[in-house]
Amino acid sequence: MKKIFADLHLHLNLKEPIATSRIINKTATLGYHLIAVPLPPETQADETAKLQRICREAKIDFAPRIDIKAKRPDDLMQQLRRFRRRFEVVCVVCESKEVARQAAKDRRVDLLNFPSLDARRRFFDRAEAELASNSLAALEIDMKPLLVLEGPARARLLSSLRRETAIAREFHVPIVVSSGATSEMLLRKPRDNAALASLFDLDDWSLAAVSENPKAIVERNRQKLSPNFVAPGIRVIREGNDC
Amino acid sequence: MKRSKRRYLALQIDFDGAPTPKEFIDAVWNAVTRLYGEYGASLTSLTLIAYNAENKSAVIRVALATLGMVKAALASITVIGNKEATVHVVAVSGTIKSLNKQLK
Repeated sequence: MKKIFADLHLHLNLKEPIATSRIINKTATLGYHLIAVPLPPETQADETAKLQRICREAKIDFAPRIDIKAKRPDDLMQQLRRFRRRFEVVCVVCESKEVARQAAKDRRVDLLNFPSLDARRRFFDRAEAELASNSLAALEIDMKPLLVLEGPARARLLSSLRRETAIAREFHVPIVVSSGATSEMLLRKPRDNAALASLFDLDDWSLAAVSENPKAIVERNRQKLSPNFVAPGIRVIREGNDC
Repeated sequence: MKRSKRRYLALQIDFDGAPTPKEFIDAVWNAVTRLYGEYGASLTSLTLIAYNAENKSAVIRVALATLGMVKAALASITVIGNKEATVHVVAVSGTIKSLNKQLK
């Protein structure tokens, strides 16, 4: 069966429709079938519809995503309550340990992203992985810093990523490899991203990280957000007087 | 001596303009050296087989044992010469004949 490749982290400037359209067309050319674009919480429905139309024209599936940056755990809970049902992919950008822990144990969170390049500010350790393994959260790794950095900074980042992926594998936390691309030149083919992931020893998990894992997240959330969803494994198949 | 196994890679270059073959292969060598060091780069037996400036495509040959290393290094290329660039692997094959067949 043909693999479906996904990039769940594509940074687009919605105010520049030509550039947006160019990047979306490029992702389609590179072989992606599904993309997720982080949208600001105040995004209007017509802006999302416009993006959806561009993606439909490029024959690529689109999933709206939100990146939640919370200062405290209670702030995170509040934002999750507000946005969970409006976005198909919810990512928590973990900038503090408390927020990272709360995000890892919350079943409404899909992705955990650790943007810091400082190894001490990346909070994906064994405790975090254990919490994430009991919920539904996956570890998201962006490829952009790997492409942009050079020398000792890249070596340090690779070292952190190698440690994090080893922990994630030990606790069976799914890993999602995304581009985090802000321009066309930072986009890579899914298999090239998988090759880059071999730099931090993802090897046999790397193809799943660009295909099955992100696809599973979007499918699961689409089912949950569907009006027919009742509970995991239960959905309405028919309703009315003749049931 | 046992003959070493090789792989041929067809590449597509995203570049504003057309880099010279030397600029291109230097960028590939630089990327391999940056990621794996001089010793790692020496194991790759990297050779430029064909280069088409019009189509911005190239064919390189590498040692099979280092195929993964070279693919990662190619994906890490962001600059050729002094301009932004990207290199995509289009096809991989054991012979030039079958590579050409894949590309058709």
